[in-house]
This record gives sequence, C-alpha cells and structure tokens, in this order.
Amino acid sequence: MKFTLAWLKEHIETDCSLGELAGKLTMIGLEVERIDDKGKLLAPFVVARVIDARPHPNADRLRVCMVDTGDGKPIQVVCGAPNARAGMKGVFVPPGAFIPGKNMTLAVGTIRGVESRGMLVSEFELQISDNHEGIIDLPEDAPVGANYAHWAGLDDATIEINLTPNRGDCTGVHGIARDLAAADMGRFNDPAIKPVKGEFPAPVKVTLDFGATPSLCPAFGLRLIRGVKNGPSPEWLQRRLIAIGLRPINALVDITNFVTYDRGRPLHVFDAGKVQGNLTVRRGRSNETLLALDGKTYTLDDSMCVIADAAGVESLAGIMGGEKTGCSEATTDVLIESALWEPANIAHTSRKLGIHSDASYRFERGVDPAFMVPGLELATRMVLDLCGGTPSQISVAGDAQPPERIIDFPLSEFKRLSGLSLPLPEMRGILERLGFFVAGHGERIKIAVPSWRADVQGKADIVEEVVRIAGVDRVPSTPFPRGETPRKPVLTPIQLRTRKAKRALAARNLVEAVTWSFIDKKPAALFGGGKPELALANPVAADLSDMRPSLIPGLIAAAQNNADRGFADVGLFEVGQIFRGDRPADQLTAAAGVRRALAKPSGLGRHWSKRDGEVDAFDAKADAVAVLIAAGAPPQALQIAPGGPPWFHPGRSGTIQIGPQNILGHFGELHPSVLEALKADGPLVAFEVILERIPEPKSRATRAKAALDLSPLQPVRRDFAFVVERGAKAADVVRAAAGVDRKLITSVNVFDLYEGPGIEPGKKSIAIEVTLQPRERTMTDAEIEALAAKIVAEVGRRTGGVLRA
Amino acid sequence: MSDIAQLEQQLLADLAAAPDETALEAVRVAALGRNGSITALLKTLGTLPPEQRKSKGPEINGLKDRVNAALAARREGFKSTALQARLNSESVDVTLPVREAPFESGRVHPISQVIDELTAIFADMGFAIAEGPDIETDDYNFTKLNFPPDHPARDMHDTFFFNPKPDGTRLLLRTHTSPVQVRTMLGQKPPIRVIIPGRTYRNDSDQTHTPMFHQVEGLVIDKGSHLGHLKWILEEFFKAFFEVDKVGMRFRPSFFPFTEPSLEVDIQCRRDKGEIRFGEGDDWMEILGCGMVHPNVLRNCGLDPDVYQGFAWGLGIDRIAMLKYGMPDLRAFFEADVRWLSHYGFRPLDFPTLAGGLS
Repeated sequence: MKFTLAWLKEHIETDCSLGELAGKLTMIGLEVERIDDKGKLLAPFVVARVIDARPHPNADRLRVCMVDTGDGKPIQVVCGAPNARAGMKGVFVPPGAFIPGKNMTLAVGTIRGVESRGMLVSEFELQISDNHEGIIDLPEDAPVGANYAHWAGLDDATIEINLTPNRGDCTGVHGIARDLAAADMGRFNDPAIKPVKGEFPAPVKVTLDFGATPSLCPAFGLRLIRGVKNGPSPEWLQRRLIAIGLRPINALVDITNFVTYDRGRPLHVFDAGKVQGNLTVRRGRSNETLLALDGKTYTLDDSMCVIADAAGVESLAGIMGGEKTGCSEATTDVLIESALWEPANIAHTSRKLGIHSDASYRFERGVDPAFMVPGLELATRMVLDLCGGTPSQISVAGDAQPPERIIDFPLSEFKRLSGLSLPLPEMRGILERLGFFVAGHGERIKIAVPSWRADVQGKADIVEEVVRIAGVDRVPSTPFPRGETPRKPVLTPIQLRTRKAKRALAARNLVEAVTWSFIDKKPAALFGGGKPELALANPVAADLSDMRPSLIPGLIAAAQNNADRGFADVGLFEVGQIFRGDRPADQLTAAAGVRRALAKPSGLGRHWSKRDGEVDAFDAKADAVAVLIAAGAPPQALQIAPGGPPWFHPGRSGTIQIGPQNILGHFGELHPSVLEALKADGPLVAFEVILERIPEPKSRATRAKAALDLSPLQPVRRDFAFVVERGAKAADVVRAAAGVDRKLITSVNVFDLYEGPGIEPGKKSIAIEVTLQPRERTMTDAEIEALAAKIVAEVGRRTGGVLRA
Repeated sequence: MSDIAQLEQQLLADLAAAPDETALEAVRVAALGRNGSITALLKTLGTLPPEQRKSKGPEINGLKDRVNAALAARREGFKSTALQARLNSESVDVTLPVREAPFESGRVHPISQVIDELTAIFADMGFAIAEGPDIETDDYNFTKLNFPPDHPARDMHDTFFFNPKPDGTRLLLRTHTSPVQVRTMLGQKPPIRVIIPGRTYRNDSDQTHTPMFHQVEGLVIDKGSHLGHLKWILEEFFKAFFEVDKVGMRFRPSFFPFTEPSLEVDIQCRRDKGEIRFGEGDDWMEILGCGMVHPNVLRNCGLDPDVYQGFAWGLGIDRIAMLKYGMPDLRAFFEADVRWLSHYGFRPLDFPTLAGGLS
C-alpha cells in the first residue's frame, strides 16, 4: 500500500514529522517498507536565473554561465547543455549536494581550465523523469532562489507500507489515518459524506442471479451519470496517482483509482453507451471469455463471478472490467458500480486467472460493507465536480448491511494475554478512536466492532487492538521460570541418534552436507523411489521433482560437483529424512555417506606412508558399522550378509541386519551402471543406514555398569590357518571357531588372508587367532590341544576348511 | 714388583687391548677360567702355611676383584658402543607430515551445530524438542492453524503440492514448522513447552530464499503464559545464542493467522563492512514472528481458549546461523561445496554446551 504524506494529511491533522509518522506506523503494525522523501532529497536544488552564458574559451560545446541564485552573488557554472542560454530560468545545485540521477556528490570542478562552482541540472539528474535532453527550462514566473521541488510540487514524500492481509481497512489512506489518530498522532478528519440527490430513476436494472448456488455478491450498487465530459483529470489528481505508481488514464478511471486508494473502496465505471440492456451478476459459464482492460483474454468458469449485459460478460466481478465497456474520452454516460464480493471467491478467481489488481487486492482482504453506498456517493461527487453530468438515483441489489458484531469482553482478558495492566479509560479511548463502540464500566464490557474491521472477531483481537496502539514496548518483560519441570533429558531416541550419528561420522573425517529433500525423477527411480505420490505437482525446477528415497543420490551428485571443481578426494555424509511413501510413518531418518577416489578413513589423498589408496567397500562398511554403533546399535547383534539393493555392485556390497527381518542398512561400491546413469565417476563407495531400525535399548533401573569380571589367569592364544573355497565367508569360519566353547573363547580375530602360490587355485587361506581365557585354573597342554582339535573339526564341518599344511 | 702385581698389570693391559667381546672373553678365560692364571694362584692358597695365606689371600682375591671389575667395565663399554652405533644408524625424518586426525578434517554442518545450540539453550529453560513429518496435510499446515481456504494469508506461503488423491485432497510440503504445534497440542496435555526445529519448504528461489530451508518454532501452552513471558524468553534466547551481554529488541504488531496478538521482532544491530554486531548500533533487523496462540487454533486442537493460553514463535535457523557466523549467501548452505563446509562447518568435538560455550 502506497500513499503520499500530503495525501495522508488530508485525513489527519498533525504536526508530526514524516519520520515520527513513519516510526509510529511501523510500531502500530503498519510496517513502513520504504520512504521516498523527494522533498529532502531535492532540498539543495533551487530556482536560478542564467544572467550570462558565454562560449567556453577551450571547448566548443561548453558554455560558461553566470547564475543568479537569489542572493545577489552570481556563481560561475560550466554547462554543456545545448539549451543553456542567457536569461533563462533553470534549476541550480551547489557543490556538496547529492545528484540522484548521477548517484554522486557534486564537487567544485575545473572543466577545461575554467572553474565551475555548481551545476544546472536536467530532469533526469533529479530523477523526476527520463528527460536528459537539456537542463530544466522553467517559466518566467518561477521565483529565483526558491526551493525548486517545493515550488514545483515535487516534494511530497511517498510512503509504502507492507500491509498484512488482515487489514483491509488500511488499503485506503483514510483507514491508515484513523490508526495514526488512534495512536495520538493527530486529529482524524472524518466528515460525513453527503449523498448526491439522484435526478432520475436508475434506468439500468441489476439482477443477482446465482440460481441454487451460493451467492458470490452480497450487494451491488449502481448509478448512471448522464452527460459527462471525460478527459484528462486535473493535475493534482494525476500527480497523486503518478506518485504512487499509477498511470493516469482519464478523469472517470482516475476517480475510481483515487477512491480505491483513498478509501479502500474499489469501483468500476462502465461506458453506459456500450452496455446493452440490463446487468446480471452471476457465475461465469464454461468457455465464456472476457477481453479485460489489461488487453488479455481470460477463459471463465462457474467458480467465478461476472457481470453480464445482454451481449454477454462485461466485467470480471471485483477483479477487472472488460475492454468493450470501458470508459474513454468519448464516454458521455457512465455507470458507476460499487459492490460487495465474497472475499474467498475473489482470492480464488484472481489466483486462478493470475490477475492481481488493486480491486482484487482489496476485495480479497474485505472492504467495508457499510461504505458501499457512501463510496458511490463520493465518486459521484467527484465525477460531477470534474466531468459534470446529471446523476440518476442509486439502485442497490442485495443487502450491504453488515452483521452487527458485539464482543463480550472481560477486562481481565487484556492482562491475561498481554501481561500489561492498562486502566479502562485508556483502553476505552484507544478502542473508540479506532471506531469501536464501548459500553459498560464493570468487570465485563461490551464492545461493538466497526463495519470496516471484519478481522476483529473475538477477545484476543480486542487485546491486540489495544496493545498495538498502546505500544507493545510497554509490555514488561517477565521472567519465565522453569517451575516444576524436572531436569530430564529432552531429546527423543531418534533425536539422540541423529546428533550422535552426525558427530560420529564427522569424527571419521566425513564432511556433513545438507542436500535437497527433492531430487530428479531419474535418480529417485534408480534408488527405489519415483512413486507418483512422492512427485511434486509444482516443483521449483524440473530436476527437483521427487521426494528422495535415499540420501545417496544427492551425495553422489554433491561429490561429483566437488570433483568437477577439482576436489576429487571427498568424503561427505548427511543425516536426514528419506521418503518411502507419503504417510508420516513412511518418512525415515537415514544416515548416509559417500567416499570418492582417495578419501580413505585414514586420511584424504596420497600419503608417503603408503597408508593410502582408493576407497573400497570396507571403508563404507567401517563407516556404516561405526555410525550404527555410535547411534546405539548393539555391536554383537549386527550381522553382515553379502549383497545389497540393485544400486550397489552385487559382489562388492553388503547388508547390515539384525536377524533376517530387520535390515539396518547397506554399504559397498556403487553399481557401475548406476554411476554411469548419474554421470558420476568413481571409485565411489557409499553406505546408508536407517536410524529408526536400531532396536531400543532395554531401559535400565540403574546407571551402574555390570560388575567387571577379570580373570587372574593369562589368556592363551592359538593361531590356525584354514584353506577354504574362494567363495567361503570369513564370518562363517569365525562363527564356527567361536561356537566351539562360548565361555572359554573370548575372541576370534582374522589376521591373514592369502591366495596364491602354495594354495590350490580356487581356494584361499584364512588365518585366525583364537583367544582362550581360562577362569579357574591354568589350562594344561592336553586341554589346549583338545580344544584346538575341536576348533579344526568344527570349522571343517561348517565351512569345509582344512588346516593349512 | 711382585708376580701378582705384574700379573695384574698384564691382565688389565690385555683387557684394555681386547678389541671385541670375543677377545675379552679369551682374556677372561685365560685369567679366571678353570686353567686361568688367577684360578691357578687361588689354588696355591691351600698349599701355603697359615700366616702366608693370611697375607696372600687378600692379595690374590683383590686381584680377582679388580680384574672382574675391569672386565665388567669393559663389557659395559662394548655394550654402550654397540648401542651408540645402533642409534647412529637408526633415524627417521620427523619432519615428514603425519595424517591429519580424522576428527580434525571432518565437519558438522552449521545447521546441525545451530540446532544443537538451540537445543542446549531451550533444554535449560525446560523445553523439549518436538518433530513432525515434512509431508503434511492441508488441514495441519493451514486450516487448523486458522488459515481459511482461499484466504490471502495462504499466498504468503508459496506452497509445494503433491498431486491430488482420488478423493480430491492433496498433500503438501509443510511451509513452516507450525503444523507440529498442532500435532503437539493434539498429542499431549498442557503444560506444553517445546521447540520444533525442522526442514520447511516454499516454492521460491533467489539470493535470500531457497526452496528448502530450516525453521525453529517454539510453543508454550499452560494457564498463565503471556506476552511478557514471550518477550523474556526471546531476550534470554538471543543473548545466549549470540553470546552477548545485552541485545536490543523491538516488538512490532503484525499478523499471522495462527497468533493473536501477533508480533514481529527486530533486533538491534550495527552493520559494518559486511559484519553485523548485535547489542549495538541503530539498525533494526527483522528476525522472527511470534504471538499468543490464536483462540481458534487452541479450539481446533481441542483446548478451551478461556482455560488455556500460550504463545508461539518461529524463526529461520539458516538465517540466524548466517547472522551469527557470517555466511553471506543462503544458497551455499545446500550446495555441499567441501571448501564452504570445511570453512563454515564445525569440528565434531566442538559440541555446544552452556557450560563450555556454544561456539
């Protein structure tokens, strides 16, 4: 909402400065977004007379002018404008002033050897027009020495407020003035609008015809004015419209725009000569079209409200009129419409058609129903004043009478919600200045809401009205004690897992990325997603169309982007939401990571120590297991099965599970064809685990740890090397050995893996170290030998492995 | 010179001249072995008359002791020479670089760090952390929060929609964390004190807007919390978060469908060469929206607005991260450029705590 200071002052008598008014507007909820204070900006520019203009001694195109600025001391100015001449009046600015059109501060200069102590400026340099053909050439009666902007009427400041959608009443300058006056910034100027007597009955009949459907037009007022003379509107009106960014059209149209901004009351004018027969307000019909005043043709439907004559649709109700019946300079008879529309329907239609007009802006916020007829009277008065003519009586269809709204308000409610104590007289004063009617003096008062405040519905709204005008800064900051709240951990299990997962992965030299929750359909489909219910209907970009089924595609793309920038060895992770469906339970928290090229857990890039190299599936496995354990998974329970989902390399990936049902995640090398489809290159390994799948730990009665059981006896270690089939799994060998005596055998560690000379082709050697922990007495050699034999037998039975010779 | 003295001189000279352990051993055997010269002398002791034995005994044993001592000293010398030689041959170039500790090069994203900071501050004030799904219903995202259908307030949110279901309803990506307010109020009895951090989405993209961003919402519901408490909580929060002793705040009336009265909050700041300082200067920066929970919202969540009351606030996590840590561009948060992440990210062991400092 834009207006000028002079315009505002027509509605409020005030001695306050622009700064004070603007500051108050912001503090009562009408946030000032921009002030364009031309008066201040143009203050240094004065009307001056060129006494003398001689050719510059060293430049053909320049003149040396002596300029009189009113103090009797002529000033020398070098000027390049073709129209600079002796005797003319122009606009002068001294050194030290800021030139808006040049975005610079003027200094005393020497131009081709001649000193210049100021400047004669063009309209462009003042930013009052695009004209930079020459310097401003003022009429003879311009007073030398006067403030140019003030003399020319260009010093009116423009104020733009960021109006919140609840304040329909402040879509007009009048309403803004009322709020300021309520906040003690001046006296509200609110004279009653005098009706204009109709000279003859309204000749055009209006019918509201919605059949059996809900009405979209509560009321419709219309008046004909015959014999008007339309043409350009007077300068004051044009200037005002230009100041707020509107283009003057002709007097009739300008009047409607003026009333729209002055009162928040949109109107429409039809050229009565082009309207055929009577008017019907009804729903649009499918395939009806309207060529609107913006020159575009819109296709209508029955969700929209239109005004039609005998020839068809002539106006899109409350949004925009039609081109055919619009007013031109040739218009002699004009129909002025002032109507009420359903706000939600206007919002719906304007969104559907993509039209956002000054009228729809106001109607969707709600206009004052009680002002429908007075607004029409105001416009009539202006038409008669500016264009002449004879008015008809006003015809009104429907009922513009607003429902009465009375709020039963306990005085305690104000302090209850705001924490501020105010005496009743102050509250009453604020409400009454805002147009509320207050009755009663006891603990409960009755408050009648004015017709223009449809947003005020209940007690809380009254509290807001009072507190915003009284000043929110008066609400005392009040300590908010913890009260009885016990000091317990507040994070849920998944929140704890999330934060532990992040720190654990970062501690493994991975860098946390936050990537989009939506990805391109193709990678979504490659990673098990791409379901229709997870595709956005209106994505911000074609490649951000589908909710991600996995974090890995986003991380791969990010790793590739880094590689393309010259950082090939990157390790990234993300902990965040993935989507398996559109129900809340389908949203899971995943922790995933990728390692690319030489981004090993031991360090990035090449290293002289030789502890470097390309990332492999075991790096991803180590990350996956580490993050699961950090997030609370029981290490002993984690089982690794070969293979994973199809986006992984089938032979170089694994699945982490607890039992056959609970799949916690996957790790490994990416499938080469998936990488190719994603236009990414490797080597690249990844893992992804689902934090929700980690079993809840048993709740413990005490924080004490289990008693420590230390054996006084030395552990015994024995090494075995088994030759097994190449496809045999190390985990099976380990499990077989460990299972021989679960009490005595405390660990089984794979310490060597060998294939090559000495081992039969197609086989491999797996060497394990078995640790035995005797508890009660030292083991005899015979006992150890017996156990070793059992281990060899058991591994042989389970895996076919034989002791390496 | 006696024979013994002569022998001692000879043996000590031999020991000193022995070039290595082997030669030393030969000298030892020659003197102290079964047939050694000192052994032979000791054997003669038994044949001597008692008075002679008395004087010869200490003489010969003294010889033996001195030779043994010299032998030990010589052995020690050989050992230390050998060790020295070994040490001289064993050296590494300690200036070679070692691998950076993994926790030195890993990073936590600023958004995660700031969420942990918020959690530390609000947990101390007795708040729990609530969360909800990103894919929401129109009812929870708008209607229950008092956004009437087709109300222009809905236009303030550029909403991402999914395709309509057969029954005509359509899901959306939450445009704010406020639907979690609804879920919280529907799911638990007051008193309620929660903060709600999370991802939010609006169909908007420029230098200061990304289609995905992060918000944190606060909600307090009980039987007495009012605007004065809200002011205090926010003041305490900003002082703690920006780690300053005071912070100037300005509360302005505003409009949100789900709060009444509604306020916007500006914080006082000074902008200087791209740097922002809080608690000083005369600029105001809009930082959050808040207000008393609208009676309609309470009603929609099954609470009687004449019994229960409370307030809510919401602010951008990415935005306060930018303000505190000085990132110039929001879009970079989501570009996963390791240079940016390494620079603006946090080391995993820098865990924010109130006791040890947030940053």
